[in-house]
Amino acid sequence: MASIEMSHIVKQYGDGYPAVNDVSLDIADGEFMILVGPSGCGKSTLLRMIVGLEDITSGDMVIAGDRVNDKAPRDRNLSMVFQNYALYPHLSVFENIAFPLRLAKVSDDEVRRRVEEAADILELREHLQRKPANLSGGQRQRVAMGRAIVRAADAFLFDEPLSNLDAKLRGQMRTEIARLQRRLGITTVYVTHDQTEAMTLGDRVCVLRKGVIQQVASPRELYEQPVNLFVAGFIGSPPMNFLPATVDGTALSTPFGTIELGQERAEKIQGRDLLLVGIRPEYFEDASLVDEAKKPYGSTFTARVDVTEWLGDAQYAYIPYEAPTEVAEQLKELSRELDSDQLRTQAVVSIDSTSRIREGREAEFWLDARKIHVFDPKTGENLTRDAEAGRKLTEMAAEDRVEQVERAKV
Amino acid sequence: MSTREKVGWGIGGLIIIVYCLFPVAWIISLSFKSSDDISNGQFLPTAFSGENYEQILVGDAAGLFLPALVNSFGICLIATFISCLLSMFAAYAIARLDFPGKKLILSTALAVAIFPVISIVTPLFNLWRQIGLYNTWPGLIIPYLSLTLPISIWTLSAFFREIPWEMEQAAQVDGATPWQAFRKVIVPLAAPGVFTTAIIAFFLAWNDFVYGISLTSTEAARPVPAALGLFSGASQFESPNGPIAAAAVIVTIPVVLLVLLFQRRIVAGLTNGAVKG
Repeated sequence: MASIEMSHIVKQYGDGYPAVNDVSLDIADGEFMILVGPSGCGKSTLLRMIVGLEDITSGDMVIAGDRVNDKAPRDRNLSMVFQNYALYPHLSVFENIAFPLRLAKVSDDEVRRRVEEAADILELREHLQRKPANLSGGQRQRVAMGRAIVRAADAFLFDEPLSNLDAKLRGQMRTEIARLQRRLGITTVYVTHDQTEAMTLGDRVCVLRKGVIQQVASPRELYEQPVNLFVAGFIGSPPMNFLPATVDGTALSTPFGTIELGQERAEKIQGRDLLLVGIRPEYFEDASLVDEAKKPYGSTFTARVDVTEWLGDAQYAYIPYEAPTEVAEQLKELSRELDSDQLRTQAVVSIDSTSRIREGREAEFWLDARKIHVFDPKTGENLTRDAEAGRKLTEMAAEDRVEQVERAKV
Repeated sequence: MSTREKVGWGIGGLIIIVYCLFPVAWIISLSFKSSDDISNGQFLPTAFSGENYEQILVGDAAGLFLPALVNSFGICLIATFISCLLSMFAAYAIARLDFPGKKLILSTALAVAIFPVISIVTPLFNLWRQIGLYNTWPGLIIPYLSLTLPISIWTLSAFFREIPWEMEQAAQVDGATPWQAFRKVIVPLAAPGVFTTAIIAFFLAWNDFVYGISLTSTEAARPVPAALGLFSGASQFESPNGPIAAAAVIVTIPVVLLVLLFQRRIVAGLTNGAVKG
């Protein structure tokens, strides 16, 4: 068990390109930290620098109080689960799990005891004598985890461990990993580009973009108080809608009508002309289904629905809108950076699954104005972020974690 | 596949097998013919006779053949072993490390492999005589390495490239030194490749004739192919075809055995299941 402290970590490749640029991040003992970002953001490089498979160009990597920059991977006492599992195909499951113990020259009895203990946790008991080639994807994944937990490592590192599994298994393994981490209480760093994993697993999530940290916070804070356009667009699925807006007193005028912001938030955006307003899909609703009591908190507008997707528990409607070319370019750039390729400017709207709104018709929508954010289109900065509220959300998550770890120990 | 297609494939396969193995069958049949039966004009001997085998194993030609057999085995095994060991390290470095001159090494290896043996053998003959390697085992092992190393390095580096690098990194994270990672993870995974390479290298050395005949003069180092060329008939009017056929059969046996023995080890796809499936 150990904390991991990184200060001003830089990774520069031969051609001078900084894959990781001035990253400072403290991971507390027993914390579950997620590194997330679109491909090429440097998250895997950062993880590999922690474990020692990648040299650190400059900065300090401190694990459990020791500077480990120049230590070989074997001297860092970390264990890692690779994306493709990297099981040893010539060894049985038992020997795969026992491998780190064998290298540490642990006695045979002790090896047997500890491997069986790990196998019991991961329900691999009946597969111990099989070869990895004969296992299913999920079983292989568990063997890789077994190899990681069998030795008393200071921290677990996961490099997109679930990306090779099918969706159903991924969900199961995700809860399994969460349970395991709480039970063992070991510091964990987990790299993923899947934001469901990021939101559900992490105590805190670190969002990276082109090697630079954007925001480190609890999933809730990221979701509700994103620091900029990038974080707002990356976190959440379907993603946040960004609409062009102009200031009009204390209100914003957008393609979806006028949105009243209120005095406090309006002050923060005074004196600017073109802005981007970020609205999550679930802030919308079919106007005919909204409670009368709730209606004053938002505004209503009518729009033509292009496509609807009915999913049983929810329903999405796609509403195209016109955007000035300047903003459209900006949004296109952003969506490319977020690994999605949005072809047209359209808003995704989540409406109740019982709604009778159908494709191709004009419909009336209601928009909850309370939680929307306003961004500067040039810098991407969130102008209406409430730092205090965000800090509280992250504090709450930290308290929850302490409680969960305590409960798991009993 | 329809029955007609099956029959078609079967007949095609049969033709190829017969075409390939007919000379071998002929040599075997020849080796069982007695000296006056050799030109009987038919495929099978009139009467099976062990005369030729007797001659090369215990008779007149035994003095020529048996030491040559020992030489061939010894020299080829040593050359194979050394070339496997060296090429394993070389190929690992080529597959894994990025160092200046990597391309140069590979292309030099290729150049050596395509260089005609006959053009080196005369200078080598003079040099070996000067420094006392002529007609010795090392005198053959060294040129054999030049035959076997290039192909070994090429095939092995291809094998090493197939092994996912994560294997080795996983081992290192698990607490292995680079040497331990190489020995406990990479070598077992490369084993099929190493066996394949060893067999190819052994054949190359085993089949060599030019070096064998040029760089040796007595049974101290003369390998089998060279010795075969020196067989003589019972009289100068009699060709030694029978004993040569018998010797040819005998030297083919280890090759066949080797392939049968290691066939199981040359199983492709051992790395299946290591990465996602």
